Amino acid sequence: MTEDSMVTIEVDGQELKAKAGAMLIDVADQAGIDIPRFCYHNKLSVSANCRMCLIEVEKVPKPIPACATSVMDGMKVYTKSPMALAAQKGTMEFLLINHPLDCPVCDQGGECELQDQSLAYGSDVARFVEKKRLVPKKYIGPLVETNFNRCIHCTRCVRFSAEIAGMREMGSTGRGEYMKIGTYVERTIDSELSGNLIDICPVGSLTSKPYRYQARAWELTQSDSVAPHDAVGSNIHIHVRNNRVMRVHPKANEAVNECWISDRDRFSYEGLYSEDRLTSPMIKENGRWVETDWETALQQVADGLKEMGAGTGALLSPSATVEELYLAQKLVRSLGSDNIDFRVRQSDFRGGEPALPWLGLGIDEIEAVDAVLVIGANPRKDQPILGHRLRKAALNGASVCYLNPLEYDLNYHAEQLLSAPANMADDLAAVAKAVGATGAIIDDAEVKAQHQSVAEQLKQAGSALVLLGNLASAHPDYSILSALAAEVAKASGAKIGFIGEAANSTGARLVAAMPTDGLNAQSMLEQPCKGYLLLGLEPDRDFWNPTQAQTAFKQAEFVVALTAYRSASLEAAADVLLPMAGFAETSGTYVNGDGTWQSFAGAVQPMGEARPAWKILRVMGNLLDADGFDQNSSQDVLEQARNSADGRQLDNSVTADLGQERRLNGSGLTRIGDVPIYATDALVRRAPALQKTADAISAAIRINPGEAAKAGLADGDRATVIQEGNLATMPVEIDPGVAGGSVRVCAALAGSETLGGQFGEVTLEKA
Amino acid sequence: MANEVCFRNMDLDQPWLLEQYKSRGGYEVLTKILTEKMTQDEVIELVKESGLRGRGGAGFPAGLKWSFINRNSEASRYVVCNSDEGEPGTFKDRDILRYNPHQLIEGMIICGFAIDAAAGYNYIRGEFWEPYLRFEAALEEARAAGLLGEDILGSGFNYDVHVHLGAGAYVCGEESALLESIEGKKGQPRFKPPFPAHYGLYGGPTVINNTETLSSVPVLLKNGGDWFKGLGVENSAGTKLFAVSGAVKNPGVFEVPMGIPFSELLELAGGMKDGKKLKAVIPGGCSAPVIPADEIMELNMDYDSIAKAGSMLGSGAVVVIDDSVCMVKLLERMSYFYHEESCGQCTPCREGTGWLYRIVSRIERGEGRQEDLDLLTSVGKNIAGRTVCALGDAAVMPVNGMLKHFRDEFQYHIDNKKCLADS
Repeated sequence: MTEDSMVTIEVDGQELKAKAGAMLIDVADQAGIDIPRFCYHNKLSVSANCRMCLIEVEKVPKPIPACATSVMDGMKVYTKSPMALAAQKGTMEFLLINHPLDCPVCDQGGECELQDQSLAYGSDVARFVEKKRLVPKKYIGPLVETNFNRCIHCTRCVRFSAEIAGMREMGSTGRGEYMKIGTYVERTIDSELSGNLIDICPVGSLTSKPYRYQARAWELTQSDSVAPHDAVGSNIHIHVRNNRVMRVHPKANEAVNECWISDRDRFSYEGLYSEDRLTSPMIKENGRWVETDWETALQQVADGLKEMGAGTGALLSPSATVEELYLAQKLVRSLGSDNIDFRVRQSDFRGGEPALPWLGLGIDEIEAVDAVLVIGANPRKDQPILGHRLRKAALNGASVCYLNPLEYDLNYHAEQLLSAPANMADDLAAVAKAVGATGAIIDDAEVKAQHQSVAEQLKQAGSALVLLGNLASAHPDYSILSALAAEVAKASGAKIGFIGEAANSTGARLVAAMPTDGLNAQSMLEQPCKGYLLLGLEPDRDFWNPTQAQTAFKQAEFVVALTAYRSASLEAAADVLLPMAGFAETSGTYVNGDGTWQSFAGAVQPMGEARPAWKILRVMGNLLDADGFDQNSSQDVLEQARNSADGRQLDNSVTADLGQERRLNGSGLTRIGDVPIYATDALVRRAPALQKTADAISAAIRINPGEAAKAGLADGDRATVIQEGNLATMPVEIDPGVAGGSVRVCAALAGSETLGGQFGEVTLEKA
Repeated sequence: MANEVCFRNMDLDQPWLLEQYKSRGGYEVLTKILTEKMTQDEVIELVKESGLRGRGGAGFPAGLKWSFINRNSEASRYVVCNSDEGEPGTFKDRDILRYNPHQLIEGMIICGFAIDAAAGYNYIRGEFWEPYLRFEAALEEARAAGLLGEDILGSGFNYDVHVHLGAGAYVCGEESALLESIEGKKGQPRFKPPFPAHYGLYGGPTVINNTETLSSVPVLLKNGGDWFKGLGVENSAGTKLFAVSGAVKNPGVFEVPMGIPFSELLELAGGMKDGKKLKAVIPGGCSAPVIPADEIMELNMDYDSIAKAGSMLGSGAVVVIDDSVCMVKLLERMSYFYHEESCGQCTPCREGTGWLYRIVSRIERGEGRQEDLDLLTSVGKNIAGRTVCALGDAAVMPVNGMLKHFRDEFQYHIDNKKCLADS
């Protein structure tokens, strides 16, 4: 920065250097000079409506708001002069006249900006003797509780909704003191980021519904942690009372999640207290499940695994920590098996995928790119904070294009190429051809205007990005799609990035939780292993093909599952269930999509007899007399895991062959089995409030009007999906956003577990 | 000297028709500007020289306002006419729309030419249905005559004027709330700076002037700045429309030279009604502090004289109050208005206007407390000068004016729980 663009101002006698044009309130904040405020938020536009930050500026006759006053050279500012204080106190009185004195029963009490500021700027005697305003509360959804009597009309929520959530879900109606905050005509708040409303509301007008009346702020202890649901690894604070997670708040980290977190990260903790938590080890005796002690259970596991030996297959959750994955692969390798994998939602293992796929750039760099092509992904729902960064990029002027079999409801302008699963490769090949790439498929591709348009945007951009996500990695022709994406990137000068499917997809590869020459997640189920070790997975929900997985486990001689939950499918599959610590109950490390290692400590003790999985695995190692299981702490494990990862570099180079045979041929109807936002993992699936949101959809046959007509189906009918002889009957929903030639039948939802792979040919029969 | 500018055609049979407007030299100034290739700077300079000040209330020099516009801005420029006329007591712009719409249109085109605007908008008060229809009819006539639209009078200048009908919010008369309203948003004032001249309608540099101001432009350009200045007095050039209402025999709108003694204006309005005695006058619309009879009878009606008396010329709405009126009751009604019309955006106005009303109302009902008079002053102090727009100040000024000049009536209400005016 040049000296020219800096100005010198004086605030309360203190000389400060500031960037010309900076807002006074920011400059004061940086210097630690406290100016009271309510409506100002550094991530939102300035509205200057609360009038709490009025300060005195020399030669200005009236007090002016620090949030809307840009600094000018030589400016002399007084934040605590008689003029400033009189203005601030006047505002405080106005804010309090209609504010209820219900702090003792208000969830915001103790952490309320109005309460705090009123100590400094309020009066002990009220001059307002009239009745206070009454504003009825409104139902705005299962996550956010309202009490509009407490609203001070700062409009942070309105600006958040419009500017960050991008949905304009909140607004104000009425004038003067009858102005009310609300949703537009009795709607619920459906944004995947809506929980942030709770944080930005400076008073108790918008509070957490699940946390309502559960604890007082001063009873809570705070631990730092990392959210366990997606490749962002949002930084969070876990608030605990009496060894129970009471709530989750964001921890600001500009490089990762800024000051926001997704609703999934905020409210999933409720799933910890689900009735089907597994709280003691259990073994199956003569077909019946009985509780047992750790010693018995572990001995049985050690005996079982010893017998399975090299025939063991390990299927590990990509949401497991680095420590857990490291020890699990080490344990299974000590048995002589290389059948280890975490890619439980992948079906195309023909090779050539990058050695260590990652986002390709820092999460905070996304908003600066000029063009993005998103292939087989819906970051808005799959990784909401990445979705927010993409939205920022779009608002900054980037052109964003999507290639998906589903048209998504986006909160910014983007071009969406809708392409049936079987045609995605053709469309991508056409884009590749249009950017000037050559090769198999590409040369035969038919370039249309929409492909040309995407190509132009990528080529003209100063910095462009090609991103592949969850749907792409689950696609039966993933290797072809990634090879084509690499060609597009190469020819257009774009970076290529892979959004890992889960919280630790990148970490899992770094600690080699995948086979070198053994069986992969697909082949372990196609050619059933003798025995299985499952870590944090549910057979009916967490696999690309749940029917195949459940069948394989049933055939196996011995299955041990480390799990935080009991479920019918686990009980059907396993012989031993070992209760592992859930989210917040264990220390650990995640490596997020951009390769950042983030460690965290446990916030609460595991429930019942549950133990951190790394400890369980370490003891199993001891019982199996394996080498290298003498760690005393998770730090020891982490250190070894890190050492083992040394020399493994993040690497997005794709070597897959463009000319491979296409597995999806486009005849008939193809299933699109995406995983909805609140079905991604065992914890989320058990979080009651999230399951009541609009995004928590149920299993249905979602089909566009044309395909529905062809199949003789109408909205509201029930129909049976038939996939490789597997059946599931569910309601029909007409959805014009589903590509022709395909039908959306989500995976991981109740009712979908009897079907086959996430993608594949299906037929429909009216039930 | 009356009816020289905005009402100059009032004697005609149907002055709102294009043909009749033209019979008095209408659109000649525009034609001259466009055909004789006057430069934009020359036009602005002439408006500056005339000393024309904004007739909406604030009295800002019009030519200066026009000169702030960056004609090279990337964003399109706009002319906005403020015909919202919401200030209680004001009804002068209504008569311009009814009787002289073409002069306003001509003024708006000249302004559009001067700042190279993409379009003009006239924001008409929602209740003005008949004036709205008449203005729309005039626009149609002008379009048909090639005075609006593409290539006006063959000059290459493209410009049209659109009407936006308000929906009854006082605050939309505030220029930035008006812009928000035209943009289809809730009518709430914007924080300033930036001012409309830099960031106005749809983000473009915008001139926003009152109806009377823009309507004055063709005449003052025709007759010259000196002529216009000569109509008025020092620092208050031209004539002014005064909307006289209240306890007068002939209420109505009068175009008279700036600086006319109030006593003469009162005579024009037929003097006091029913032989009542003059008690006080609100000289510039509801927001202007009241001036007692003896003071106002000595005052001239121009910006400086009224300001010296502690009030303001405002929009020229002269409300004449006779001695049967209870000032507490009157203030209660006025305070209710501001309470009702506050947009609710910023704290002092949202919370304070209702509080002021409730205190005054309490006093009026005979439930006032001795400390209420100081409380009114104190609450007013906490509103004035601390709000996003001037509505807060507008709510406070009448309270202060009343307490300054008629405190005894308020005291009487508190002491005797009844009205001094009745007794």
